[in-house]
Amino acid sequence: MTIATPTSQPRKPRLALLQGPALTGLLWQILVVGIAVAVVAWLWSNAIHNLSVRRISTGFAFLGREAGMPIADSWLPYSPKDTYFRAFLVGIANTLRVAVIGIVLATVVGTLVGIARLSANWLLSRLAAVYVEALRDVPLLLQLLFWYVLMQGLPAARMAYKPIEGVYLSNRGLMLPSVPLDAGQLWVLTVAALGAVVFYLLRRHFIAQQMRDGRPRRAWPYGLLLVVALPAAVSWMLGLSWTIAMPELRGFNFVGGLTLAPEYFALLIALVTYTSAFIAEIVRSGIQAVPKGQWDAALALGLRRSFVLKKIILPQALRVIIPPMTSQYLNLTKNSSLAVAIGYQDIVSVANTTLNQTGQAIESIALIMAVFLTISLGISMFMNWYNARIALVER
Amino acid sequence: MSSAADVPQHSRSLHGTPSGASAARYAWRWLRANLFSSISSSLITLLLIAVLAKLLASLARWGLWDAIFSVPGNDTSACRAARGFGACWAVIPEKYRFILFGTYPFDQQWRPAVATVVFIALFFLSTRRTLWGRKLIYLWAAALVLIGVLMWGGVLGMPFVVQDRWGGLPVTLILATFGLAFGFPLGILVALGRRSKLPAIRALCVLYVELIRGVPLISLLFMASVMFPLFMPDGVNIDKLLRAQIAIVLYAGAYLAEVIRGGLQAVPRGQHEAADALGLSYWRKQRLIILPQAIRHVIPPLVNTFIAFFKDTSLVLIIGIFDLLTTAKTAIIDPAWQSFSVEVYAFVAVIYFGFCFAMSRYSSSLEAQGTPKA
Repeated sequence: MTIATPTSQPRKPRLALLQGPALTGLLWQILVVGIAVAVVAWLWSNAIHNLSVRRISTGFAFLGREAGMPIADSWLPYSPKDTYFRAFLVGIANTLRVAVIGIVLATVVGTLVGIARLSANWLLSRLAAVYVEALRDVPLLLQLLFWYVLMQGLPAARMAYKPIEGVYLSNRGLMLPSVPLDAGQLWVLTVAALGAVVFYLLRRHFIAQQMRDGRPRRAWPYGLLLVVALPAAVSWMLGLSWTIAMPELRGFNFVGGLTLAPEYFALLIALVTYTSAFIAEIVRSGIQAVPKGQWDAALALGLRRSFVLKKIILPQALRVIIPPMTSQYLNLTKNSSLAVAIGYQDIVSVANTTLNQTGQAIESIALIMAVFLTISLGISMFMNWYNARIALVER
Repeated sequence: MSSAADVPQHSRSLHGTPSGASAARYAWRWLRANLFSSISSSLITLLLIAVLAKLLASLARWGLWDAIFSVPGNDTSACRAARGFGACWAVIPEKYRFILFGTYPFDQQWRPAVATVVFIALFFLSTRRTLWGRKLIYLWAAALVLIGVLMWGGVLGMPFVVQDRWGGLPVTLILATFGLAFGFPLGILVALGRRSKLPAIRALCVLYVELIRGVPLISLLFMASVMFPLFMPDGVNIDKLLRAQIAIVLYAGAYLAEVIRGGLQAVPRGQHEAADALGLSYWRKQRLIILPQAIRHVIPPLVNTFIAFFKDTSLVLIIGIFDLLTTAKTAIIDPAWQSFSVEVYAFVAVIYFGFCFAMSRYSSSLEAQGTPKA
């Protein structure tokens, strides 16, 4: 009993450790932890007993078995003959696909709406306010079902809406033109990405030099060279041709191009519009948190309004914006699990099907939780890193 | 969006009042200042008016002019004929009893209706500042007991109704309100635990909060619906609604704990030291000195958290509990009314919006008043 007591107060007599607040604290801890352990142990022993009665084996061996579960919408190659493990991977990929694209779009839309909310134009700011209020006060699941029903009510593929050439909207989803990527094209894109990284480092170097001697240096010609000219040269040397695949109507459906299935498209719209309403409020309060004196000072220097917003106000607003933005990104990712309600096969949906097929409830739910905890941790870590980077550097 | 450049001009308040000048001149000046202050602003205004006019016109045609408000009996052929260009509001009078109260015995549906009114009265009274404190706790306890009596019955000549028959709006309100009523004390304990000096208790609280907040509510609900029975000894069978309620309480507790922790951090150190100097015990110190101040600080975020729960209770649809959204979705399984889900969803959305909008107005009015005083 005495081992775990803190021993950081050497001047007090030893006996005092067993009296007063230290002892009460120790007893409380033992009591609470003891209760927690006892409850978990009791639940666990019940579970073991129930599983043995129902003849369900525990463990993750089922992951190696054939899933027999069709997954319609997947960017990874998959067939029902694959294992449960593969199905889970496809589910994770589908979750990430909707979460990452959703986060990017929601940030763009939310920022625009947040700025519109502060516009001097009365109509624009009122409309932005209505957008925010209407979307925030209706459950996301209801909005999702609503979008999905609208999606199903769209005309059949033969009579699809065609807002611009190559883009079709029908009850089969949204069809977009795409660029087919083979190994050669991927190489060219890799070169372009590497060029972008080199350009970024170069620009940082230039700015550091400018800090030292005050001479501005032009970075963009190097950027053009590294990101455009070099990949173009590689593409020319490999003799690649870049074609654009247009979706074409064949029979009852489209072939070619990129297809966003109605489930995916409905989920994406619902997540983006819902989250953008929250992001808009965060952006608005972030901009309003920048003191008015910053505007006055910048305008007194004769800078243009758009320049002031971009270079003086937004960087300061970002410090207020980033922490709540992180929790919105986490929310969007967690909310993507609502996919199960409309049959988009994300990780939750795949785990749910697995659970029904195999009865491995504990393992399936543990997998869902592990995946989301990992994603949440990843987003938190990235945003903390970014937050530290943009934080005010004081002397 | 070139309006980005117009951000700081808060020119909505005009200098001078329209005392002598005619109303028309005042209106003109208002228009000039707020809608046509620059070329880009004028262009945006015109564009928005054009888009809005077109949108509202088609919405009005669909929802009013070409809509069908009643049909004879269950004969929906008129609605089917109008499909695609006119709404079929006839589905609402036909199905509203089911959407609002689910499969609750039809002749007894005044009971969930009264329970709903009790809920609304409870929310309304909770906003009265004169009641804050001990009175509010008694009020909540009394209201929740009254709602339980109304819904279950079995006394005062009201026949007993099992939970399986409950449905619709009362279930949504029960899940959200009981979630708050039990999640709140839990949240206080966890928030205190997280700020405790005792490492084992702190670790347990951190683990609980981060675990719950790191996973989606659906996974907790799945746990409640499929895993929970596995964890119970033989013969113990806990009702589905209660299991979902437990999941929501655990979920609410974690989020409320973080909100309350924010309030605890805002209480100055001197308050702790003064309480210690008076010789108050830990629990008396928290109850009499610290918590009243901490909770006052966080009332607006608490209301926002409650709005979030209220919306999140709709997720119980996925585990098949008959809340408002589930009854709405079930109401249109009826083949005669199958294709009118948009109308039904719009009806339910208005109900959700009404509750959430009222609460969010209340929260922003509190924020505008600043931290409330005792």
